[in-house]
Amino acid sequence: MCLAIPALIKSIEGKEAEVEIGGITRRISLWLTPEAKVGDYALVHTGYAINVLDQEEAEETLRLLEEIAGMAEEEG
Amino acid sequence: MKFITEFRRSELAEGLISQIHRQSKTSVKFMEFCGGHTVTIFRYGIRQVLPSTIEMVSGPGCPICVTANADLDKAITLAQIPDVIITTFGDMLKVPGSHSSLQKVKADGADVRIVYSTMDALKIAERNPTKSVVFLGIGFETTAPTIAASILQAEKKISNYYVLSLHKLCPPVLRAILDSGEVKLDGLICPGHVSAIIGSHPWEFIARDYGIPCVVSGFEPLDILQGVDMLVAQIENGESKVEIAYRRGVRPEGNQQALKLMEQVFEPCPAQWRGIGEVLNSGLKLREEYQHFDAELAFDIDPGPTYEPKGCVCGDILRGVKTPIDCRLFGKLCTPGHPVGPCMVSSEGSCSAHYLYGGGFEG
Ligand code: SF4
Repeated sequence: MCLAIPALIKSIEGKEAEVEIGGITRRISLWLTPEAKVGDYALVHTGYAINVLDQEEAEETLRLLEEIAGMAEEEG
Repeated sequence: MKFITEFRRSELAEGLISQIHRQSKTSVKFMEFCGGHTVTIFRYGIRQVLPSTIEMVSGPGCPICVTANADLDKAITLAQIPDVIITTFGDMLKVPGSHSSLQKVKADGADVRIVYSTMDALKIAERNPTKSVVFLGIGFETTAPTIAASILQAEKKISNYYVLSLHKLCPPVLRAILDSGEVKLDGLICPGHVSAIIGSHPWEFIARDYGIPCVVSGFEPLDILQGVDMLVAQIENGESKVEIAYRRGVRPEGNQQALKLMEQVFEPCPAQWRGIGEVLNSGLKLREEYQHFDAELAFDIDPGPTYEPKGCVCGDILRGVKTPIDCRLFGKLCTPGHPVGPCMVSSEGSCSAHYLYGGGFEG
């Protein structure tokens, strides 16, 4: 029930935003994430953005996982 | 889809899996608290790819499953009051209470509507000024701020909107489970979206006071594997601390705005958990300033005595002491089409995950 899905913020109007989730456009509320900007990816839970996703952290995590996979290959 | 598909890459999963196999020496039992994690673990067959040293148990992190029958009965009774419209998330409809379910009373004429968001419930209230619209406030810290936001939006504008606040808080129930001593855990995968709101600090007492390593994980298969990998590393290094594997979605301090709104509208109260009983400070009730939104105060609800579904061991499953295959009804009398208990109704309940993804034969 705590499902939240990444959505791209296309436009913002007051405390609401238009987002795209997998090709579908939806209106969501920004009451919980006043810092959200157009172009950000928000985590959307029951129609509310509950956080703005951190792109740099995502890339950093993937880099780390790639390193682990590289190591596994070398040793494997 | 961005932020999703990258975290499903199989070559990265293989890397993590072989690292886990290489590093895991000690036999351990890890709990995934959250029902969303349970679903990922079953859908991707993660239990099967882990070494035999690692046992995973599901925890109580399914808000629908842990809602006590007495509270369900209140919701069902409310639905039968004339001129009341119940608005709720879809999963609630089929959950059997002591005598009936929302679905059954709806079939008998009660006005029960499924909504995607509290924003939809507010619109229904605006369009039906002569009716009372009650939103069933079920959910953890992830959902409670959205309910708080709906109350603040309704304040001074919409006078026929009410909330039945059955929200539950995760850290206090974990303490209760650990204090009971019934299940011995060596590591905890902490809920990702609850932590998106509350941050990682509220889990620190588990690492500090109970010596149990904690990792906050996301919901893609790589997130879970990374969480397990980090737990294994802590175990093998003899550490117990709180780490975040889901850094793109969770900051240590959480979402301050969401916490502020939640705090403004709600205060902690004792709450009843199915199978666990009353847990101090694990619920949320409306603060005095917002009590005119409280459905329990606005309506006279007396559902009478409660009954538990006979033979259902959901309560034990939620505490991590039994698994669905320990239930004699599992897959026979109890299926997603004919659920006897809530763990089979909710898409993220353990019984439903076992049934749908066939993890049911490895205990
Ligand atoms: S299989 Fe059904 S009856 Fe058994 S514990 Fe799960 S929900 Fe309850």
